Amino acid sequence: MLSAAGIHTFYGNIEALRGVDIDVKQGEIVTLIGANGAGKSTLLMTICGSPRARQGQILFDGVDITSAPTYEIIRMGIAQSPEGRRIFPRMTVLENLQLGSTPIGDDHFDEDVERVFKLFPILKERQEQRGGTLSGGEQQMLAIGRSLMSRPRLLLLDEPSLGLAPLIVKQIFEVIKTINEQEGVTVFLVEQNAYHALRLAHRGYVMANGRILMSGTGQELLANEEIRAAYLEGGH
Amino acid sequence: MQGSFEYFLDQLINGTTLGAVYGLIAIGYTLVYGIIGMINFAHGEIFMIGAFISIICFLILGAAGITWIPLALLIVLIMTMLFTAIYGWTLERVAYRPLRGTPRLAALITAIGMSIFLQNYVQLLQSARNKPMQPVFSGGIELMQSNDYIVSLSYLQMFIMSLTLVLMIVFSLVIARTSLGRAQRACEQDRGMASLLGINVDRTISLTFVMGAMLASVAGLIFLLNYGVIDFFIGFLAGVKAFTAAVLGGIGSLPGAMLGGLLIGLIEAFWSGYFTVEYKDVAAFGILVLVLIFRPTGLLGKPDIEKV
Ligand SMILES: Nc1ncnc2c1ncn2[C@@H]1O[C@H](COP(=O)(O)OP(=O)(O)OP(=O)(O)O)[C@@H](O)[C@H]1O
Ligand SMILES: [Mg+2]
Repeated sequence: MLSAAGIHTFYGNIEALRGVDIDVKQGEIVTLIGANGAGKSTLLMTICGSPRARQGQILFDGVDITSAPTYEIIRMGIAQSPEGRRIFPRMTVLENLQLGSTPIGDDHFDEDVERVFKLFPILKERQEQRGGTLSGGEQQMLAIGRSLMSRPRLLLLDEPSLGLAPLIVKQIFEVIKTINEQEGVTVFLVEQNAYHALRLAHRGYVMANGRILMSGTGQELLANEEIRAAYLEGGH
Repeated sequence: MQGSFEYFLDQLINGTTLGAVYGLIAIGYTLVYGIIGMINFAHGEIFMIGAFISIICFLILGAAGITWIPLALLIVLIMTMLFTAIYGWTLERVAYRPLRGTPRLAALITAIGMSIFLQNYVQLLQSARNKPMQPVFSGGIELMQSNDYIVSLSYLQMFIMSLTLVLMIVFSLVIARTSLGRAQRACEQDRGMASLLGINVDRTISLTFVMGAMLASVAGLIFLLNYGVIDFFIGFLAGVKAFTAAVLGGIGSLPGAMLGGLLIGLIEAFWSGYFTVEYKDVAAFGILVLVLIFRPTGLLGKPDIEKV
């Protein structure tokens, strides 16, 4: 469904991605783990065309999207809940969700918003509140909810568990599982919480210094000594 | 006479009419600033072009024998909004879009350059002479009379006030309620995120220029109807005053632009009415300086409630 080959991305002269290859198949949950600054967020953003890859090719459903404008890539069925949540602070929860449905229009809005409220009931209570005044956890739920509003076929999630209480983290991982299993949404998940992510995912990639170091099924990576030492030590 | 309520009322009516012109232009400054963080110094020229398109339309309609005033006004209004919108769109497309992402100074200098270019363009096409027009409206209603002093509200002033009110309500609703307005506000708050949600940011910015130009063109039409004479230089002072109005109200704020426009109009009218006509511009700018000292974000400037 998504395949990136030989991706190089630069910020000025800094080479953040140094030849990355990944593949995500229809219906999978694939996770990407790696240390801070490895290039995980850069990869998700490069898939959406901002920043653009300087070299390499990205295919979505066989279509070359390497140089397509961001809004067109999104309209093809990709959604991203980006790093830092990026809720519109001066708009209400409901308006943020409405913006999420931009690619498909308002036709299914009521139905889709109910679905998001079912996943995150707190958002229903807060629907008239401004995004900037939500708590961190509520903002994270809103960011995920907003990315679901476009009925994406591929969902890119950048550290959805960041800064959240363990109970909420568990809830968010359950939501990811639900939308993958029940609605067939393919998920590409960037996580610091490697243990949870690898348990949830069908497959995983490990990234360091702008390159893919390793890949395998969730189980394989969980069992791997190096990964245990680098990303899972200190318990979970 | 200056002490009477009637005189006061007269200044109020004049100031409101003037404020309508400034407010309509100010909205264009504030919308564009909100969405791309740039002062479009050529916006005053867009207003001037709107006035010229209006006068040309009136002349054509006159020659074609369409003299029924409501119809003529409606046609002129639609035509000037349409054609001025094309100028606004083109301005952004050829002069500003290629500079997006470059340092702000480059865009600022380009805007000043475009302002000079548009002035010269109109001067070349239409000559530097004044363009007078016969009054379209006549008459009015008497509001009040005492001794020899009559306060009247002309039909023209009623037309100006109601047209401005309707337009401001319509455009406020567009921004508050429609998907275009939502996209504009999203681009204003986080352009990168807006495009990650499938919003075509370039198109949204173009439409913002189009909206600003449409409102400025109506201000141009009002100016023409009110003063009956225009020239290629009217955009400068009106532009500076409207910009002042936008800053006074809080640049980036739509209600701020309307309020700022009204205030600048009133200050000008009352200053000329009670003190001296000569320093009316200084008065408006003086108030601006005072407001900015105590409220740097302007009267209705947005308090940021961002939490990261
Ligand atoms: N806008 C930018 N300008 C310059 N350098 C950047 C920019 N964004 C990221 N970088 C650099 O690119 C590299 C990769 O950053 P990226 O955000 O992709 O890492 P990450 O794997 O997501 O890290 P984290 O786990 O901390 O989120 C880092 O060295 C970072 O400093
Ligand atoms: Mg990151």
